[in-house]
Amino acid sequence: MYVAVKGGERAIDNAHAWLGEARRGDRDVPELTVDQIREQMALAVNRVMAEGSLYDPDLAALAIKQARGDLIEAIFLVRAYRTTLPRFGGTAPVETDRMAVIRRISATFKDAPGGQVLGPTFDYTHRMLDFTLAAEGEAPVAPRTDAMAAEVPHITGFLNREGLIEQEAPSDAVPPDLTREPLELPAERALRLQALARGDEGFILGMAYSTQRGYARNHAFVGELRIGTVAVEMEVPELGFVIEIGEVELTECETVNQFRGSKTEPPQFTRGYGLVFGQTERKAISMALVDRALRWEELGEDNSGAPAQDAEFVLYHSDNIQATGFLEHIKLPHYVDFQAELELVRRLRREADGGGEVA
Amino acid sequence: MGAALERKDWMGLLARAPAARLRALWSDLDAGGEVTWLRPPEVGAVMVRGRAGATGAPFNLGEMTVTRCALQLPCGTVGHGYVQGRDKAKAEVAARVDALMQTEAAARVRAAVLDPLGDEMQATARARAEKAAATKVEFFTMARGED
Repeated sequence: MYVAVKGGERAIDNAHAWLGEARRGDRDVPELTVDQIREQMALAVNRVMAEGSLYDPDLAALAIKQARGDLIEAIFLVRAYRTTLPRFGGTAPVETDRMAVIRRISATFKDAPGGQVLGPTFDYTHRMLDFTLAAEGEAPVAPRTDAMAAEVPHITGFLNREGLIEQEAPSDAVPPDLTREPLELPAERALRLQALARGDEGFILGMAYSTQRGYARNHAFVGELRIGTVAVEMEVPELGFVIEIGEVELTECETVNQFRGSKTEPPQFTRGYGLVFGQTERKAISMALVDRALRWEELGEDNSGAPAQDAEFVLYHSDNIQATGFLEHIKLPHYVDFQAELELVRRLRREADGGGEVA
Repeated sequence: MGAALERKDWMGLLARAPAARLRALWSDLDAGGEVTWLRPPEVGAVMVRGRAGATGAPFNLGEMTVTRCALQLPCGTVGHGYVQGRDKAKAEVAARVDALMQTEAAARVRAAVLDPLGDEMQATARARAEKAAATKVEFFTMARGED
């Protein structure tokens, strides 16, 4: 039981004032602007948008500044802000086959139609610190080759044509929304995907890694990973037709996984899916692996008892705001609780000592 | 951009336009005047959806910020602004442009605001496509062959 405490206002005010001063750091060093964070810490901004579950780069950059770079604190700020916004509606599902891709790779087909496009990637860098970044230099310029923005077909589409991969059941059902109704089990795939898309990158990564190391192993290949912008369309009731209301950058990962076949299905490949706001490919790949692991039941696979197959374990522990809220509350005053525990231990020891006084 | 623009085309263009650029083009046009607010600018969110496996059942991916408003010109024409982000001035300009595009001022507004915006946004998209094209690779499998 938690019993509230009172008092400490002056100390709290002073602590927050010091926090403000500490956030600013050494005044001889120029202050960071929100624009600088948005432009130059873009992957941090993307993570805060993805896990804050609100696409708004300026807000995410502001949250990172306010949180002194603590990304979970920044995500917390964005989540809190999000709850203050009226909901205007739900969009049409984004059409990722129409994505203007800046990166698109396949680990399964080297000659993928549309080509392998590396984009602005850390892959193939040597992971050696670049000390030239510590000095002011000229802004680098990316080379260009003549091209028009063109739609690139999904790679799973080619396997689909041969019937070698499971088909996604088409549906236009309105999906359940865990921001409106508490997450309950069993959770259908739409709900699981929502939870994974906003889940903690580190947690989802760890779960995904566990499947690679043998806990619910399902042999994932990255059939396709793509990053780019898609238009967001929504039907506006007062207009009565669909308009584009914006554009978001997304990372999408489709895995192709082995499947031996079942009583009703011939041997074919199965799929895992990851879709995340921003350039967030570690998260998108992880999401696809965990999505696939959680599908064991609908695919008629054995439950090997692996954590990544346990929807309750995964979904109830993937949200870093729920997790940190419960975890961090134990540092707040629990004097009354602890006083009771202390009394209990003293009494037990008195009894054990045959009624003698314990110091 | 010579082809006819439909209302959904210009509303989409306005929604995606960089806010500062849209405001600058609008202020150069100098077409502001009295309007009646039907709905003053309001910041909110929409739930962005995806599909499982890109083609399957919809799921909720996360929200994005949107600002909307509605206004009426003295002639009675109604304009709607529905734009990405939290910039109320951008939503107002979008609604004013939407209204004027339904009037005789359409050609002038299009030439001053929509065409330059469209050209610039196309150039930005093209620059990204050209940089992406420069990173297109051919992977060769080594001696073991095609496995």
